[in-house]
Amino acid sequence: MPNSQPIAFINARLIDPESRFDGLGSLVVSEGVICDVSRRATFANLSSDVRVIDCNGAMLAPGLIDLRVKTGEPGAEPKETLKSASRAAAAGGVTSIVVQPDTDPAVDDPAMVDFILRRARDIELVHVYPAGAATRECKGDRMTEIGLMSEAGAVYFTDGDHSIVNSKVFRRILSYARAYDALVSHRPADPWLSAGACATEGEFAARLGLPSAPAIAERIMLERDLAIAEVTGGRLLVDQITTADALTCLERATAKGVRVSATASINHLSFNEIDTGDYRTFYHLDPPLRPESDRQALIDAVSSGLVPIIVSAHTPLPAEDKRLPFSESLPGAMGLETLLPSLLSLHHDGRVPLIDLIRAVTLAPAELLGLQTGRLSAGAPADLVLCDVDAPLIVDADRLISKSKNSPFDGRRLQGQVLMTLVDGKIVHQVSG
Amino acid sequence: MTSAADLEAPIRERIFPFPTPHFLSASSLNRPDAERLLDLADAFVAVNRRDEKKLGILRGRTLVNLFFENSTRTQMSFELAGKRLGADTMNMAPRNSSMAKGETLIDTAVTINAMKPDLLVVRHAASGAADLLAQKVGCNVINAGDGWHEHPTQALLDALTLKRAFPRIEGLTVAICGDVLHSRVARSNVSLLQTLGARVRLVGPPTLMPAGVDQWGADVFHDMRKGVAGVDVVMMLRLQLERMDGAFVPSTREYFRFYGLDAEKLALAKPNVRVMHPGPMNRGVEIDSDVADDPGVSLIRDQVEMGVAARMAVLASLAARLGAGN
Repeated sequence: MPNSQPIAFINARLIDPESRFDGLGSLVVSEGVICDVSRRATFANLSSDVRVIDCNGAMLAPGLIDLRVKTGEPGAEPKETLKSASRAAAAGGVTSIVVQPDTDPAVDDPAMVDFILRRARDIELVHVYPAGAATRECKGDRMTEIGLMSEAGAVYFTDGDHSIVNSKVFRRILSYARAYDALVSHRPADPWLSAGACATEGEFAARLGLPSAPAIAERIMLERDLAIAEVTGGRLLVDQITTADALTCLERATAKGVRVSATASINHLSFNEIDTGDYRTFYHLDPPLRPESDRQALIDAVSSGLVPIIVSAHTPLPAEDKRLPFSESLPGAMGLETLLPSLLSLHHDGRVPLIDLIRAVTLAPAELLGLQTGRLSAGAPADLVLCDVDAPLIVDADRLISKSKNSPFDGRRLQGQVLMTLVDGKIVHQVSG
Repeated sequence: MTSAADLEAPIRERIFPFPTPHFLSASSLNRPDAERLLDLADAFVAVNRRDEKKLGILRGRTLVNLFFENSTRTQMSFELAGKRLGADTMNMAPRNSSMAKGETLIDTAVTINAMKPDLLVVRHAASGAADLLAQKVGCNVINAGDGWHEHPTQALLDALTLKRAFPRIEGLTVAICGDVLHSRVARSNVSLLQTLGARVRLVGPPTLMPAGVDQWGADVFHDMRKGVAGVDVVMMLRLQLERMDGAFVPSTREYFRFYGLDAEKLALAKPNVRVMHPGPMNRGVEIDSDVADDPGVSLIRDQVEMGVAARMAVLASLAARLGAGN
C-alpha cells in the first residue's frame, strides 16, 4: 500500500479499551500497523521522515467496527453499493464493516463470500467482512455450507432481516456451527405476533392507529433462541435486542453460562416510539422503536456490559420506499456516517463513559470475531479514527455520502466530528482545512 | 322574496378562520373551537333544508376529493358540502386510475398540488396518510379517514347530531361499542366527546380493544349489558366481516349474541336513549334492524344529514383561513 511514510500522532486523547486507557498520549503508525504507543504528549526523538500530526487534544481511538451493515450489492445497487457504503464508513470513522447476506442473490455459498471479498479488495477503502447466510436464500429451511463459507471468510452466519422460524432448523444450525466454532446471529421476533406490525403495541401506537406487535414478540423468540443455544452449546449473537423484558432473559442466560453475546442498534439507544409521532417514516424501523423505559434499560445494559456491542444497523432505502404512509414504507435507517457522533451524544448525556461506548464499537466486536484490530497496541493494524468529540454538528441527510438519505438523525444536533480515518495506516478520510 | 345574499349574511357572521391549516384529527380541537364549529354547522342545517341550498361562500375555490379507499357516503357528503358552498368540486379515486400504479402517495400529492386546489379531502387506508399529504401540498387538507387513526369530520357530525337531539352534550354518557381496535371513528369520537364534556364508555371484546385503552380516559367494558346500562347514547361501530370467523371473534352469531345491539340490551340504557351508527351497517351482526329502524331511538339517518352540514362548516372555516391570507 502507498502512504508508507510513518505518521506520528501527538497531543492526542488516546482511548484504548484494551488497556482501559483514556488520556493524553501519542502514537506512531508505520507499515500499516501501530508501532509505538506512548502515554506522553509527544515522542522525544522522532526521525525526520516521520509525518507529525498534532491532534490538539482530539480523540484518537481504534477505528470503529460495525457488525451490521446492509448494502444493496448485489441486486439493489441504487440503494447502496459496497463502494458507497465503504466511503460512508470511512467518513464516519468506521474502518471495518460486516455486510449482511440477505442480498439478491443471497450470500449463501462460498463463491458469493469470495465475490464480496474481491469487490471489497478492489475498492480498497475499509475492511469489508461478509456475513454468510445461515439458510439457503435466507429462506429459513435448508442449512448453508457453514464450514466452507467460514473458510472463505464469512465472519458469522445469519439470515439478516429474515427470521428463522423453524426451531428444528435453527437448532441444527447452531448445533452444526459448533464444528467450526462459527457464530450464528439471529434477531428475535415472533413472526406471527410481529406480522404486519410497524410499531410497538401500546397506548401510543393505538392512538396513532398503527398496526403494532407486542414487546413480548421479542422475548418469546429470544427465549427459544437461548434455550437452543444452551442445549446445543452453539455460539449465539442476539441481533438488536431492544426490550427490557428480553434483557432480563439475556441476563439470566448469561449467568447460566450460555455462549451468547448481543448487539444494540444505535437507533434504539437514541430514539423512542414518541419519535414516530408525526408518522415520519425515517423512524420506521425493524424492530420498531420502543417506549422510553426500554431505551433506558438498553442504555443501562450497554453500560453494564450485558449488551457488549453497538451496531449502526445501516439500512439504506431509496425515497420510493420511504415516501409512503408509515405502515406502507419499508423499515430501516442509515447509520454508518452518524454512528460515532450519535454514540458520542450518549456520552455527552452523561449516561455511559466514553471508553465503554468506544469499546462497544471496537474491542468488543473485534474479540467476538477474533480480529486483531479494535485496540491501540503495538503490532495491531493501524485502523484509527481521529475525532473532535465536542465539535457541534447538525446532521444534513442530503450531505451524507451514502446513496440513500433515510437518516433518522436528519436535522438532529449532535456533537463529534470525524477529522481523519486510517485503515491499515492509510488515510481514507480527512476533513479538509 | 329575499335574495341569496341576504340568506348568507347570518351565516357569514358565524364563519371564523379554522384554528389550524388542516383538519387532520379531532384531538386538535379545543372546546371553544369545537363549539363554534358546531354552531356554524347548525346554521348550515337550516340552509340544507330549504329549497335554495346554494351559497357563494366558496365561489371560485376548488375542492378535490381524493379517495384512495372506497366510500360512498363520506365522498358524497363532502361533494355536496362543497357544491352547496359554491366550490368547484372534483372527485378522484386514484385506486382506479393510472395514478395508482407505481406512484407514491407523495408523487400523487405533488401532481394534485400542481393543479392548485384550495381544499383537499383525503381518505386513505394507512394511518398518517393525511398528515403526510398535508406536509407536501400547499392547500388545506381535510382528513376523511386515515387507516385506524382518525376520522374527525365523523366525530364532528356525531357531535352535531347529539347537540340537536339533546339539550346539551356536556354530562351525557356515550357508550361506543364494537371494534374499537380498528376504528378511526372511535378514536375521533372519544377525543371530541371528551373535549365537549361527555363521559365515554368503550364496549367490546378484549381482542377488539387497543392496547393501553385504559389510558384513554374512558371506562372500558367487556360485558355489553353493563356497558350500556344507564347510558344516554349507544354508538355502534361497524365490524368488518373478515374480522369475524375466528380472526378476532369466533363467529357472527356469537358476536351478535354478546355484542350486537338489540332491544333487550338497549332496554338497560336510559329510557330516552338514542342509537347511532356511522354506517354502513351490518344488520344482524352488530345491530338489530328493529333498533336501527326505530325512529323513536335511532339517530342514524340524522347523522347522514348532519354530515353535510358539519362538512360545510369545516370547509367554510378552513376557506376563511385562506381568505385571511394564511
